[in-house]
Amino acid sequence: MRIARTTNPGPALRLPEKHYLNATYGIRSWLLTTDHKRIALLYLLSVTFFFFIGGFFAMMIRLHLLTPSGYLLSADTYNRMFTMHGVAMIFFFLIPSIPAILGNFLIPLMIGAKDLAFPKINLLSWYIYIVGGAFTLYSMVTGGLDTGWTFYTPLSTVYSNSAVAPAVVGIFITGFSSILTGLNFLVTIHTMRAPGMTWFRLPLFVWAHYATSVVMILGTPVVAITLALAAMERVFGLGFFNPAMGGDPILFQHLFWFYSHPAVYIMILPSMGVISELIPTFARKKLFGYHFVAAASLAIAVIGFLVWTHHMFLTGQSTYAALAFSFLTFLVAIPSAVKTFNWTATLFGGSISFDTPMLYAFGFLGLFLIGGLTGLFLGCLGVDMHVHDTYFVVAHFHYIMVGGAVMGYLGGLHFWWPKITGRMYPEWLARIAALVLFVGFNLTFFPQFVLGYLGMPRRYHVYPPEFQVYNVMSTAGASILAVGYLLPMVYLTWAAFYGKVAGDNPWPATGLEWKTPSPPPTENFEVTPVVTWEAYDFHNRPDLGLDDSSHPAVAPAHGDD
Amino acid sequence: MQSPLPFFPEQASNFAGNVDALFSFVLLTCLFFAVLVTLLTIYAAFKYRRTEPGEIGSDIEGNNILEIGWTIIPLVIALVIFAWGAVVYVNYRTAPKDTLDVYVVGKQWMWKLQQPNGKREINELHIPVNRDIKLIMGSEDVIHDFYVPAFRVKMDVVPGRYNTMWFRPTKIGKYHFFCSQYCGTNHAVMGGWVTVMDPADYAAWLSDEAGDVNPVSAGEKLFSQLACNTCHISNGTGRAPSLNGVYGGKVLLSDGTTITADDAYIRESILQPKAKIVAGYQPVMPTFQGLVTEEQILNLTAYIKSLQSQPVPAKGAGIAPATTGKK
Repeated sequence: MRIARTTNPGPALRLPEKHYLNATYGIRSWLLTTDHKRIALLYLLSVTFFFFIGGFFAMMIRLHLLTPSGYLLSADTYNRMFTMHGVAMIFFFLIPSIPAILGNFLIPLMIGAKDLAFPKINLLSWYIYIVGGAFTLYSMVTGGLDTGWTFYTPLSTVYSNSAVAPAVVGIFITGFSSILTGLNFLVTIHTMRAPGMTWFRLPLFVWAHYATSVVMILGTPVVAITLALAAMERVFGLGFFNPAMGGDPILFQHLFWFYSHPAVYIMILPSMGVISELIPTFARKKLFGYHFVAAASLAIAVIGFLVWTHHMFLTGQSTYAALAFSFLTFLVAIPSAVKTFNWTATLFGGSISFDTPMLYAFGFLGLFLIGGLTGLFLGCLGVDMHVHDTYFVVAHFHYIMVGGAVMGYLGGLHFWWPKITGRMYPEWLARIAALVLFVGFNLTFFPQFVLGYLGMPRRYHVYPPEFQVYNVMSTAGASILAVGYLLPMVYLTWAAFYGKVAGDNPWPATGLEWKTPSPPPTENFEVTPVVTWEAYDFHNRPDLGLDDSSHPAVAPAHGDD
Repeated sequence: MQSPLPFFPEQASNFAGNVDALFSFVLLTCLFFAVLVTLLTIYAAFKYRRTEPGEIGSDIEGNNILEIGWTIIPLVIALVIFAWGAVVYVNYRTAPKDTLDVYVVGKQWMWKLQQPNGKREINELHIPVNRDIKLIMGSEDVIHDFYVPAFRVKMDVVPGRYNTMWFRPTKIGKYHFFCSQYCGTNHAVMGGWVTVMDPADYAAWLSDEAGDVNPVSAGEKLFSQLACNTCHISNGTGRAPSLNGVYGGKVLLSDGTTITADDAYIRESILQPKAKIVAGYQPVMPTFQGLVTEEQILNLTAYIKSLQSQPVPAKGAGIAPATTGKK
C-alpha cells in the first residue's frame, strides 16, 4: 500500500520565521505567558513528569507481583506504590492530559480564536495544578500514601499511618485547576467561534471538550468538599465519616463516587474527541452520523452523573437503589456503543491510510471495545457480586483509561505534533512503537480479566500460588508496555528539534488549526478565518490539494452506508 | 484447579452456577459485538485502503435508520442483561428463612467467626453442605469485605452497621475466602478457608471441644454485668421497656413511627440509645459506645433474640399495638 504524504509537495518546506515558540525568549516569557499554546506545553512537561512517576510505581507493582510471596517490597511499601500510582495517574495525568494539553492548544485554533476567553485564568490553572502537585509530591516523599486512591473512610481518616492530609490537600487544590479549565473552555466555545463556525460545524473534538467541561465544572466541587471533609476528620478529629463518632463511612463513598465516576468521563470523552478527528482525517471522509456522535458526548456527560453507586453494589446499600443504578449504568453504555458504531461506519467508503495516528485510532477502537463491553459485566448486578473488587475491575478500567484514554492521547500527540512543533516524528519508528504498545497493553491487562474471574482480589501484595501464571504474563506485558511508552517520549522529543519540517497541513486535514502555519503564530491566525464548510468535508475543499474526482470507485450504495 | 490455565473457579454454592451462566451469556453477547466490529473494521481497512495519494472518500453524511437501529438493539440487549443480573442479585440479597446464622467480625487483619452454639474460629469457617448459611457481619475498625470466590459471593463488612450475606454450599471441600475491600497493611493476608462438611461431620466438629461459651449465655451474663437488667425488667415494670418478644417484632417509637427490631436496631439502641425512643419511655439510657466490643454487642443481641419466645408483659414492652399484637 502507498502512504500518501506527497500531497503537500515541494522540498522547500520551511518553518515560518516568527511563531509562538520563538516569539519571545527567556524563562520569564514561558512562566508568565498567557498564550494558550505555551501553557499547553507547560502542561505537557508537567503532566509527562507525573506520568513517569505513576509509571515507575506501576512497574514496581508489576515486578513485585511476579511471585506469589512478593519478593520485592514490604506490605506497607506495596500499598503505597499502588496508591500513589493511582493518585499520580488519575488526578495528575489522566484528568489533565488531553484537555489541558491538546484541548488547551487546539480549541482556540479549531474554532478560529486568538486565545481562550480568559488567558490569565488559563495560566492560573497551570499554577494551581503545580501547587496541588507539589503538595501531593510532598506527601509521596514524606511518608507516602497507603489508602488507595479512593481514600475510603475510616481507613484514610482514622487508621492510616501515612501522609494522607497533604495528599488530600494537593488533590483538593488541583481540582480548582480543572474547574477553571472547564470554565475557560465553555466560555471560549460559546463566545469566540469564528464567523461561519456554527455549532454543528464544530469539530467533534470541541464537542467532546464541551461535554467534558460540563462534567469538570459540576463534578469537581463535590470531590473538593468531600476531600475537605475527609481532611478535617483526619486533622481535627471531626466525625463526618467515622462510625465511632456517629459518622457514616458509606456517605463518603457516595460523595466520592458522585465525582469520581463522572471523572472517568473526564478522562475518556476527550480521547473520544481525538478519535473523532483521527478517523475522518485518515479515512478522508466525513464522520458518519456527526450529530449523533455530538449528542452522544452530551448524553454520556449527563447520564454519567446518575450511575455513581454502581461502585457500591456490595456495601449493603438497598436492593432497590442497586437495581436503579444498575439500570442507569446500562443506559450510559448506549451512547458509547453509538459512537463506536459510527466510527466503524465512517471507515466504509473511505480512503484509509495507516499513518501512526490512525494506528492509534484502530488501537483505541479495539481496546475501548473490550473496556466498554467488560463494563457491562460490572454493571450487571449478578456478575458484580462475584467480580467486584477483583482484578476483573482492574483490567476493565485499565482498558478504558489506558487502552482508551492514553491511546487517544498518544494518537492525538502524534497527529498534532507537526502543528505543535512544526516538525514530523519518524513515521516507521512511531508505527513500531504503536504496535509495541498495543501488544504490551493486551499482554499486561487481558490476563487480569481471568485473574479477576478466578477470584484474585485487587490491592494484594501477596496472593495464592494458583494465580501466579497470569501474574507472570501481566508483568511480562508491563515490561513491553514500558518500552512502548519510552519510545514516543524519546523520538517525539528528538523530532521537536530535528524532525523533518512538516508544513502547514501535512496530512492533509480539514480543521481550521491546519489553515495556519506550523507552528502557529502567537495570535494563531493572521486574519480571522471565515468558515464556509462542514466539519471533515473533503469534497468542498479545493484548498487541500486533493483530487476530488479520483474516487469514483466506491459507490455510496454499500450495505453499511 | 487442575488446568494450568484455568478460566473458571470451582463451583461450590447455589449461586455459582447462576453467576457463571449469566457471565457466559454476557460474555457470548459481548464477543458477538466485539468480533462483529473488529471484522467490519478489518474488512473496511483492507477494502477501502488508500490507493492513490490524492484520493478522498465518498461523500456520506450518515443514515438515521442505522443510527436508530444501533441505538435500540444494544439497548434491548442491555436491558436483558440488566434483568437477568437483577434476578440473581435480588435472590442473593434476600435470605431465606431458617438459615444457619454465623456471626462474623472483621478487624485489622483477621476474621473472628462464631457458630450458633458459641464455638469460635479465627480465619476459618466450618459449615455443613446443602444448608442455607447466613453470615451476620460487623467490623471493629475499617471496611472489610468477605469474599468466597468458589461461592461467587461477597459483601462489604462496614463498621457501624451489620451487613448480611447468604449462600448454600453445594460441594464438600475447602475453599479460599478473602478480604476484598482494601483495609490497610495486611489486607492481602486477611483471609482463610471455608470448610464445607458433611452434616454429620459438622455436628461432630461442632460438639468437639465445646469449651466456648454460647453467645446467649454470654449475652445474659453481660446483660446483668452492665446492669441492663435494672431497667429492662422482663415483666415490664422497669424504667425501660421489657425486651421479651421484642426481637423481630415491630416497635412503636415516641415520634409515632414503628420500626422492626432487627440486629441493626438493637445495636443502635445500645450505642446511641437516644436515636430512637420507645413510645411511653424517657430517654434515660446512657450510651455504651466504647464500652462494649462488637463481639459483646453480638452476644447481647443473641441474648435479646433468645427472649423472642418469652411471654410479653401486658404493659408497655414498646411493641406496637393493633398491627402485630403478640409476636
